[in-house]
Order: sequence, then C-alpha cells, then structure tokens
Amino acid sequence: MSDARQNGASTPVVVTLGNPNTGKSTLFNALTGLRQKVSNYPGVTVEQVSGQLTLDGLDVRLVDVPGTYTLAASSPDEIIAVDVLCGRVAGLPQPDAALVVIDATNLRRNLFLLTQILEAGIPTLVALNMTDRLAASGIEVDVKALEDKLGVPVVAVSAAEKTGIEQLRQRLKSLLLGARPTPPSLGINPRLDAAVAELAAEFEADSNKAHALEIRRALLDADGLAEQRLAERLGETRRDRLVARRETLAGGRNLATLEARDRYSFIQGVLNSAERRIESHTRSWSDRLDTILNHPLSGSLIFILLMAMVFQAVFAWAAPLVDGIDYLTGALAAAASGAMGSGLLSSFVSDGIIAGVGSVVIFLPQILLLFAFIIVLEDSGYMARAAFLMDRVMRGVGLSGQSFIPMLSSFACAVPGIMGARIVASREDRISTIIAAPFITCSARLPVYSLLIAAFVPADDVLGGWLNLQGLVLLALYLLGIVGAALTAWLINKLQRTRSRGRFLLEMPPYRAPRIRAVLAKLLSRAVIFLRRAGTIIFAVALVVWALATFPRNDSAGDFQSPPLAESYLGRAGQFIAPVFAPLGWDWKVTAAVLASFPAREVVIAALGTIYAVEDDSTDLEGTLTTRIRHAQHADGTPVYTLPMVVGLLIFYALCLQCVSTIAVMYRETGSWRWPGFAWCYMTALGYGGALLVYQLGTSMGIG
Amino acid sequence: MSRTLLSLSAGERATVIGFKSEDAGVLRLMHMGIVEGAEIELVRYAPAGDPLEIRVMGYNLSLRRQEAGTILLDDDGSP
Repeated sequence: MSDARQNGASTPVVVTLGNPNTGKSTLFNALTGLRQKVSNYPGVTVEQVSGQLTLDGLDVRLVDVPGTYTLAASSPDEIIAVDVLCGRVAGLPQPDAALVVIDATNLRRNLFLLTQILEAGIPTLVALNMTDRLAASGIEVDVKALEDKLGVPVVAVSAAEKTGIEQLRQRLKSLLLGARPTPPSLGINPRLDAAVAELAAEFEADSNKAHALEIRRALLDADGLAEQRLAERLGETRRDRLVARRETLAGGRNLATLEARDRYSFIQGVLNSAERRIESHTRSWSDRLDTILNHPLSGSLIFILLMAMVFQAVFAWAAPLVDGIDYLTGALAAAASGAMGSGLLSSFVSDGIIAGVGSVVIFLPQILLLFAFIIVLEDSGYMARAAFLMDRVMRGVGLSGQSFIPMLSSFACAVPGIMGARIVASREDRISTIIAAPFITCSARLPVYSLLIAAFVPADDVLGGWLNLQGLVLLALYLLGIVGAALTAWLINKLQRTRSRGRFLLEMPPYRAPRIRAVLAKLLSRAVIFLRRAGTIIFAVALVVWALATFPRNDSAGDFQSPPLAESYLGRAGQFIAPVFAPLGWDWKVTAAVLASFPAREVVIAALGTIYAVEDDSTDLEGTLTTRIRHAQHADGTPVYTLPMVVGLLIFYALCLQCVSTIAVMYRETGSWRWPGFAWCYMTALGYGGALLVYQLGTSMGIG
Repeated sequence: MSRTLLSLSAGERATVIGFKSEDAGVLRLMHMGIVEGAEIELVRYAPAGDPLEIRVMGYNLSLRRQEAGTILLDDDGSP
C-alpha cells in the first residue's frame, strides 16, 4: 500500500484540527509555505484552506479545519469538523490522517477536543504547540507520558519559533507510510462505546450512511445537527432507535452533561501523569496587563484613545503615498496620451485604463495601513478585549462585541468587513452586522468627500484652531456613517424578531507579541483580495464608463473625435434619468456621473473628470476638476453646486450602497438575494431621501 | 438555594455544582470547561457589568450575564 501511495496513485489527505488560538494557522503555514489554496466549504461560509506538503518525495494534501472547541454541533458551521473527519465534504475524501494541534500551556481544554477527535478512528498525530512558552508559564509537560496515556504519537513543536517542525514531518511521514494504526479506545465511557458499536453494526446495513463518529455525536448531542442529519439519511425509525438507546444510556440524566464530566475527569488522569505545574503566586504579565487594558474604566479610555490614534495614523501616514500615486497616474496618463496622439487608442489607454486603475490603487495605502493595525491588534490578542469592552454598547444597537472587528475593517472596505462577520457567533447578529457594515465610511467614499469638501467648504479654523471646517465636515460624514450603521443594526434586529439567545463565549487569549512575518503574510492576502477587485470589477466599470462617454463615434471630422458629452450614451442616459434627480438639485451631468458610479462609487471622480472634460495632459485631475465644478451652471445660469446640493450629494454618497462587490459578498455570506436586495433598496432610498430633504430644506431657507 | 456565578465579586473563586437548565447554550459552556467540580474565578466585569470575564480550566473566558446566571456555585460557607 505504501508503494502505491509513493507512486502517486492517490495523494494522501491530512486534516489539521484544533482549538482557536493554538497557533494552528502558523503551523499550517510553516508546513505548506505559500502553496495554499483558499476556497469555501460547500454550503456554508466557512473558509477552507488547503495546502501542499512534500515529505521526502511523498506529496500530501493538508486541509485546514477552522478552529473549534468541541465536535458538538448545532449549526452548519459547527459540524464541518465532523463532516471532514467522516468524509462528508464534497471534493474531499475521508482523511488518511488527522494532525491535531494543541496548546501546551492550556492542555486541559485542548485535550477535550482531542479526545473527541480520537473517537473518529482516524490515524492521528498530535502537534504539541507553543512549547516555547512552557517555561514562562511554569508548566512542564512529559511528552512520553502524554503519548502513553493517549495512545497516539505526540511531537513537541513551536510553530512560531519553527522548532520541532522537521520531527513533525518525519512522524507524519512514518504515520502515512506505516501501518496507520487507528487510535486505541480511551475507555472514557465503555457503555457509550458499546452503544456506538451496537448502533453502528445495526445501521451498517444502510451502506455507508452512518459513520461511527456521527452515531456517537448523534447519541451525545440531543437534538443536535448530527442527529438531524442521521435522521435525514436513515429515516425516522432509526432516529427513534437512537433516541431510545440514548435514554437507556443516560438513565434519566443528560448524556451531554455526562460527556463533559467524563471527558474532563479522563483528562485529569492524563494531566496527573503528564503535566506538572509549578504553582506561582505571581500573575502572568498578560494578566497584569489586563488589569489596566481590560479594566472597565481605564480599559475603555485606552480603547478610545487607541482607536483615535489608529485613525489619525491611517490618514497622516497614508497622505504622502496617496499624493504620490495620484501624481504617478496623472503623469503616466499624460505620457501615454503624449506618445500616442489623440486617437481612440490613446484615449482608451490614458482615460480608460490608466485613470480607471489609478482611481482604485489610490486607496491601497489607507486600506493597507488600517488592515496592518487591525491585524496587529488581532494577533496580539487585543481584539478579544475590544470585543469584551464593547459588547454592552454594541448590543444596545443590536450587534455584539464580536461585530466590532468587522465594523472596524469596514472603515477600509466593507467587503473584508462583511467577510469578517463570520466570527460573530449568532446568525441574527451576523446579519445585522452585514447589513450595517456598508454604512461605515469606507475608503472609496473618501475621494468623493475630499473633492466636494475641498471645492465648497472653506478651510476656516474652528475650535480655536484644533480643527478646520473642512475636517469638521469630514468628521460629521464619518459620524453619519456610524449613526446610520447603528440605527440600521437596531432596525434589522427588530425586523428579525426571532431573537435567539445571544451567545458571547469568547476566549481572552494571553497577549502575544505579533510576529512581523505573520502580519505581513496576512496583509499581503488582504491586498490581493482588494487588488483583485480593483483589477476586475472597478476596472471593468471604468472602461464601460469611458466607452459610454466616448461613443457613439463622431467620424465626420476624419480623425477620431469624442462626441459632445450630451450626445454620448452616458450623456443621453443622464438626460433621460435627470428628472428623477432634479428635486435633489442635480443637473443631467451630475446624474450621469452618479449613475456611472452605482457599480463602484469611486468611479464618480473619473466620470466627473470625463464629463467636465478635464484636459488629458493634466497631472492634477482633482485640482482642475475642483475649478470646473465650482463654475458649473444650470441652463438658466444659476450655479449647480450650491451648498444644499453639495451637502445633499455628500449625504447621498454616505448612505447609498454603490458597490457591486459589497452586494456580491452580501449574497455569498447570507446565502440569498433577500438581504442584499433589501440593503440596496433601503440604502438607495435613504440616500435619495436624505439628499432630497437637505436640498429642499436648504433651498427654501434661502441658503446657496 | 445555591447561588449563581453572578453573586461573585471580582477576584472571588467558587466551585461549579451544576446548572439551572441543560439546554444547548449550557452544553457549550460545559464543553469549554465549566463542568461540575471545576473552580471558577471571576476576573472582572465589563463596563455596565456585562459581559464578565472568568478564569476556568487555566484560561480566561468571557460570557454574558444571561449565561453566567445559569451556572450554580457551591455555598461560600457564610450563613
């Protein structure tokens, strides 16, 4: 058999499992390097990371199972570990071996999951991780005794320090090439084991529809997902049999309670011989740090200061980079049009491609800076504290403390924010988070804000020079986003009615110094997500807008001429829709630009640039554009951009859902068009209503 | 009548003797180490007294008052 494997007849599959915060991802990266593929587990929004590992010529497929504390499952997200172990995941054969990562400094809770996994009967290798922290924690672990008690190989490693990795690879190789021993029974509850064997033999007649592990979980977790699934596959008669067997086993008690008790008492036995704790009376430095950082009062103050610093840094540090990118794209476009003359191709390259891509890449510095802060705060363990401190406040508007990270990410971009909502435990809170996230001021709104603010808001000092009026308006727009998100979350919460028991069981992991390599690797993957979006959707939209503004061609003059804007497809569309937006004080040019930016709001800058015919050789698009829009007039000679109209336009951009990527990711994460459809209609109505209100009120009061 | 986790002040410890109910939420608590006989230390309350942070099985966990109120503790010996 081993020869067949070595000849590559079939690549062995190894799954990695473990509790959250055990360094499982770090170990996974250390083993597979960059040869990874990220996809989704079918049917659920759980990420499946798969990687390639070569053990002296033996190719192995390593599949990561998201961190979990237990195999008991009540939701589709939670049953993935059981599904993977039983070979129920499409495209993933039953694993040849399991690699279980446990935290050496927290053996008791980590062994709980391990004992559950060992009951799957799959050859198992244990990676005893974080061994570099044992000495500091005053703990000694006897690896040999652990192996004896558990009956499976255990390798001491430190994924962070990259120690023990080679030994782990060797043991994994010998496990795969050897006899592949199934783990011996731990004898935690012999009566339960007997019942599982009995039912497995009984249900075997139904071919491969019930794995022993699934029967065990179905027996243990009354009304859990495992029981439901089994009933679907085997029928109600079998379910009745299962329930009856459960009752005789439990003898009036709750079997799940017995499972927890039996497992922890078995684990106590293991620890008695394998672990020695040098009890010290001094608290760990992490605990001492928390007396300040997680204190209700000082912790809250530090949290607010920290967030203020993050945003200050994001704006201050990104500014020179943004200016640099702006200058480069302008110069590049000018050079391209200079080199290619004034033909269609030149217009396509400079106005279409360079301006389109440039308008997106310009957000990269801010997004990456914000994400760098978020990743550092996450990796250090601080985000769990932020969730703890914020839970009560966030719950007041129908979110949970765990919604905090997705909301913070949404200041960069709602797409990773919505994806980050996966960590929110209850489905109701997750939906509220997803619908509220697009209100948060993302970086794509900034160019619109800065263009309009720079053009129409004077830079007068207020508050004795601490802020200027322009900064104050920007701050107000950020607050509008936050208030919009809060009210929306509250509303969605009311709409959902089925208020389930809100769960908030969050481990407070010890603080850890983030590793630069890990931070950079995560940052790179976020940058790739963003640039992929830039390279596809926004790029395509920019090209379509360019084409709509450039065609139909005007061939009468021989050389290529763009048609007058009013005659282009974009101009015609703007004129057609203009009456709808006339009550907002918009003319057809503004309407055309806003229409063009519905797929991606940042496109509005390029669209306005095209519409107001900014010179091709300009290296300062925004500066020229500012002057142009200041002088834009209605047909009767009155200015278009009055104060009420500009404020209304800003509010429209603050509230409207102009982003196909967000809609697409909402669909993916909620599994239907219902919520993204609702969000789009709701936000568009809010944006229109807000702009209408401000314009009409302001105009009737004689402002502008 | 035994007391619940909510009767502890920050820094106090007690031993778990059971739960008020045994529903799915409680199952999760048990699997995370809050089992009969386990010692719990209440580390601190968040602002407004909710959620709270406890230390159990050698690690720190936060949970809401709602769940904390289902965890029954032994008597502290006082009359």
